[in-house]
Amino acid sequence: MCLAIPGKLIAISQEHGLKMGSVDISGSVTRACLEYVPDIQVGQYTIVHAGFALKIIDEAEAAESMQVWNELLRAEAEERSARERR
Amino acid sequence: MKYIDEYRNPDLVRLLLEQIDNAVSRPWTIMEICGGQTHAIVRHGLDQLLPSSIRLVHGPGCPVCVTPLEMIDRAHTIAAMPGVIFTTFGDMLRVPGSHQDFFSVRSRGADVRFVFSPLEALQIARDNPRHEVVFLAVGFETTAPGNAMAIKQAATEGLGNFSALSSQVLVPPAMRAILSSPDNLVQGFLAAGHVCTITGLCDYFPVAETYGVPIVPAGFEPVDLLNAVLKVVEMLEAGETGVVNAYERVVSRDGNAGALRVMDDVFEIADRTWRGIGVIARSGLRIREKYAAFDAERKFDVGHIEPKESSLCMSGDVLRGILQPEACPAFGKQCTPLSPLGAPMVSGEGACAAYYRYQRAWGA
Repeated sequence: MCLAIPGKLIAISQEHGLKMGSVDISGSVTRACLEYVPDIQVGQYTIVHAGFALKIIDEAEAAESMQVWNELLRAEAEERSARERR
Repeated sequence: MKYIDEYRNPDLVRLLLEQIDNAVSRPWTIMEICGGQTHAIVRHGLDQLLPSSIRLVHGPGCPVCVTPLEMIDRAHTIAAMPGVIFTTFGDMLRVPGSHQDFFSVRSRGADVRFVFSPLEALQIARDNPRHEVVFLAVGFETTAPGNAMAIKQAATEGLGNFSALSSQVLVPPAMRAILSSPDNLVQGFLAAGHVCTITGLCDYFPVAETYGVPIVPAGFEPVDLLNAVLKVVEMLEAGETGVVNAYERVVSRDGNAGALRVMDDVFEIADRTWRGIGVIARSGLRIREKYAAFDAERKFDVGHIEPKESSLCMSGDVLRGILQPEACPAFGKQCTPLSPLGAPMVSGEGACAAYYRYQRAWGA
């Protein structure tokens, strides 16, 4: 059992003494226990596995990595255009 | 879908495949030990897109598949007991035991329910105080914290009618077992990304050092998986060993401290039998004595169980990565998801199920 789905936390509540949350996973809202992400705030993204949020997604790191890749793609597209123009 | 769509970008996939193709100069065998990754690789055809010199093999990353037949039979026996409501994740329902599966147990009047979370099982226990509610706690380190929380919460609330049947296993000992095998061909690993989210990376450094392999925690989308393959290939080509994180947005070096604390409170490390592999020392989690009242293995006397494996099922070889599913003579014939001979054909993380679902060369 390893698959965890990313979603956005939209609400926090308490149930039976446990911190619980409503997580929006692509428009479908699921309940998840937030005990393992105690610092999570509404609006942050997390990964949910078997009813538990396991980690706050590091959005800054994700954005940085994606930027590096997008720059590589841009450079590749420019090089292709330059070749086609010659 | 944020954090999914952008990691399925076909241009990025193409870019990474080119980078892998440029980096590789000789054959390499790389293993992933995570059923979720197995399914993603097969679903997206990543193994077919990679250069032919890179061989991706699938390890024992399906906790349902490696649960011993004796434990499956035990679960079926408990489920059939009067007064028991048996709860389990959905893909366990059709896993064959020696003589039956949960569907056939249910067809004879047992109350078997599938749940998405151990907390749902806990709620069933609250709602049914006169029934014994048993939860089949199967999984790797990703699932252990949730299962531990359910047991701990049951103890806190005094839910004496709740118990868990634990079949929890750990990934690093499985890696060691594979690398120690005399017929091992694996040269590098993609590590299970969400297992590492919980555990961090510390357990993997000694494995990498002792056996001289690269280990790269990987995610589950095509870009994540190919990025991890690229890192493994670069390390192999350079003769480097160690652990390099390719899933930094959710994996940190130290993991999830809160989850590890609760796991340690509820579970202790124990030897475990892995179906198809045998006993691997210190490779599983057992419920601690202080939570014995919530341990279904201690609570229910199932008598003597004599497991009977299918003579046709070759799941052991599949789980150790030495047989591709479609090479099994029973694949797609006597063994299909509707009539499985073994767990890998029916579990949501089984390699055989992945190959069948995504129509890999069966019947050819």
